[in-house]
Amino acid sequence: MNEQQLGITIQRLTHQLLENHLDLQNTVLIGIQPRGVHFSDRIVGQLKTQVDPASIHYGKLDITFYRDDVRTGLHELNQTDIPFSVENKEVVLIDDVLWTGRTIRAALDALLDFGRPAKVELCVLIDRRFSRQLPIQADYIGKSIDSFITQKVKVYWKEKDGKDEVALL
Amino acid sequence: MQLSTKHLLGIRDLQPGDIQLILDTATQFKEVLQRPIKKVPTLRDVTIVNLFYENSTRTRISFELAEKRLSADTINFTASGSSAAKGETLLDTVNNILSMKVDMVVMRHSASGAPHFLAKHIPAAIVNAGDGINEHPTQALLDAFSIREKLGELQGKKIAIIGDIMHSRVALSNIYLLKKMGAEVTIAGPPTLIPVYIREAFDVRVEYNLRKALEWCDVANVLRIQLERQNQPLFSSLREYSLAYGVNRRLLDSLGKEIVIMHPGPINRGVELDSDVADSGQSLILHQVENGVAVRMAVLYLLAGRSTN
Repeated sequence: MNEQQLGITIQRLTHQLLENHLDLQNTVLIGIQPRGVHFSDRIVGQLKTQVDPASIHYGKLDITFYRDDVRTGLHELNQTDIPFSVENKEVVLIDDVLWTGRTIRAALDALLDFGRPAKVELCVLIDRRFSRQLPIQADYIGKSIDSFITQKVKVYWKEKDGKDEVALL
Repeated sequence: MQLSTKHLLGIRDLQPGDIQLILDTATQFKEVLQRPIKKVPTLRDVTIVNLFYENSTRTRISFELAEKRLSADTINFTASGSSAAKGETLLDTVNNILSMKVDMVVMRHSASGAPHFLAKHIPAAIVNAGDGINEHPTQALLDAFSIREKLGELQGKKIAIIGDIMHSRVALSNIYLLKKMGAEVTIAGPPTLIPVYIREAFDVRVEYNLRKALEWCDVANVLRIQLERQNQPLFSSLREYSLAYGVNRRLLDSLGKEIVIMHPGPINRGVELDSDVADSGQSLILHQVENGVAVRMAVLYLLAGRSTN
């Protein structure tokens, strides 16, 4: 996926989000740290050109403390920043790659500690099909791909890596 | 991303990178403590025993709260009311507790080096919560965290440690930590309460005049006079100590600048610190206590991740 394709996909996902969440009044967008946040920043950037920026509730969630693999190694910590309650809100979790589903499982647990959402949806840029280890599926998908378990999907972002690209390694 | 050590026995054994990692991790835990649900499931399969052979209010509650916020299982042990009173040795007590499958030991003991002794003989990770007159590493870490939060960084900051240096494990841990992180340290107090070779041993300044120390510093960490550890009188009376080395409002107001006041607690009000200083906006004392939980969560989290790898 090159820069142009990535841009178009992000635009499409933004419109799909708006289809289901017309005015965003009761909607909360949450990017998952560390790499989902670059993707959610783009989505939110697009949304701001479509709706009143004041109506967008956008937070960032670090799931390190909720991981199920603390015993096999520690991970880098990132900032969690959710300056509002998610009680009775419609939450859209945003991450770059959906693979085993374990990150999203942890994110759901973490999210519930901030209140009881009315609904939780999942938006991902890349869905690695047929490799789930938990029963978790995305509601908004940029691109679905089939890949071997030994392969890696890497999403590069301009602000972090100097280019916009999705690569299968 | 992990500590270079398996135990936290003292700041002496830590690298500057370890200290940085603990403080950065604590920042994230402090955010957890502001949430509606102040608890994360991170250590839910870890069992921790709090072994307190010496009295404690803050440290014990703080550790216990930190463990509970991390969802660890905890057992509390105090020397009074246990078989230690019947003459059971420290090693026997701990081995008996560990045979019930305990992963970590948080320990306070009146004998300096007790946790180091245990670390040589048992497999569990040990956190020193104060050993005699040696070290109290988590106190120094939370002091550093509080200074960093208030002043931005430790590098180049001027910290005065004032009072009973001789008997203070808080002082020793603080000196190790501040020097490792590039802060400047002055030790102040009466000559009888300052070890003779401290200047040479730690590359710190020594000041016998309280006013001069306060004029020099950005932060004054005032320590408690530890009468329980003084076998012989080292100053003539508390009243005299208070007159010469007590930090009071009049003295602070006459400095011409606002310095930060810290105290590890418990305070002897009216002796080393006056109430109108301890309870003022200049004082970080209650912030120190608040930060203590986040810092201890960071230490337990990092050691638990380390010990199981």
